[in-house]
Amino acid sequence: MAKFRIAVHITPRKGLLDPQGNAVRDALRTLGFTTVKDVHVGRYIVVETDAYDAIAAEEAVTEMCQKLLANPVTEDFDIESAVHA
Amino acid sequence: MKFGIVTFPGSNCDYDAFQAVTDVLGEEATYLWHKDHDLQGSDVIILPGGFSYGDYLRAGAIARFSPIMREVVSHARSGAPVLGICNGFQIACEAGLLPGALMRNSHLQFVSSEVRIRVENADTMFTNLYEPGEILRMPVAHGDGRYVAPAEILDELEAEGRVIFRYADASGNISADANPNGSERNIAGIVSDGGNVLGMMPHPERACSPLLGSTDGVRLLESILARVAA
Repeated sequence: MAKFRIAVHITPRKGLLDPQGNAVRDALRTLGFTTVKDVHVGRYIVVETDAYDAIAAEEAVTEMCQKLLANPVTEDFDIESAVHA
Repeated sequence: MKFGIVTFPGSNCDYDAFQAVTDVLGEEATYLWHKDHDLQGSDVIILPGGFSYGDYLRAGAIARFSPIMREVVSHARSGAPVLGICNGFQIACEAGLLPGALMRNSHLQFVSSEVRIRVENADTMFTNLYEPGEILRMPVAHGDGRYVAPAEILDELEAEGRVIFRYADASGNISADANPNGSERNIAGIVSDGGNVLGMMPHPERACSPLLGSTDGVRLLESILARVAA
């Protein structure tokens, strides 16, 4: 077993109303960033876990996302490649 | 009839629910601690409002894994009544007892006010003492109350009469102005496919006394008695 670190990005499901993202987008435009088209606010989670290899660690974190870290009704998740912690 | 009221760390409407059941309804109630594994013979389970586990991750996401929830889920699967109010609605969705999810209010503000809801289906375990289309007054107090679900699920809920409350104005119109949180199709409360699990954002347990401004919640609790006793 080795120790791995995996970062997870969780974002609101595309197409669903994202009021937080819209509020930040509007604030950026007010600041003068008029080219901003869209903003989405999500969560960034870092999991450190023991696993036999990077693939096993990524599979485990994928399952964690499906079962707890992301809500399958409202959120999408994206996991980064496992790195040795 | 015995009501079991689950107390999670961060629940804050458990006492209101207890008072409504014992003082107003005159029935027996007991608190169920989140770490317990025993419903203590409860016939009806109430998942109360509050901020269980500080709403960490998502509202209701952590509470769903409390030890007591295993028993609550099997109670629900057996067809027995489970009432999820506010945070309890969020927990019931996270636990898979109800479809959909509750997201941040569309205006991003916490809303604490009285709302009106229209009874959409008066033939359920929770609404049989109301008139169809009746307008009820109840308080809401939440930051994450915007009900969402895929369109096909919403269509299914409506087709099966499982949308039992909708936010409405005083005349009963379903309008965006009457919607306190941006819920899809103004949905305020739904039931499970078996009809025995109710999730709703408004607080019937806090609308049980003239002192609190409304008694419209009383008949919801009495409906459960009427149906279960029948």
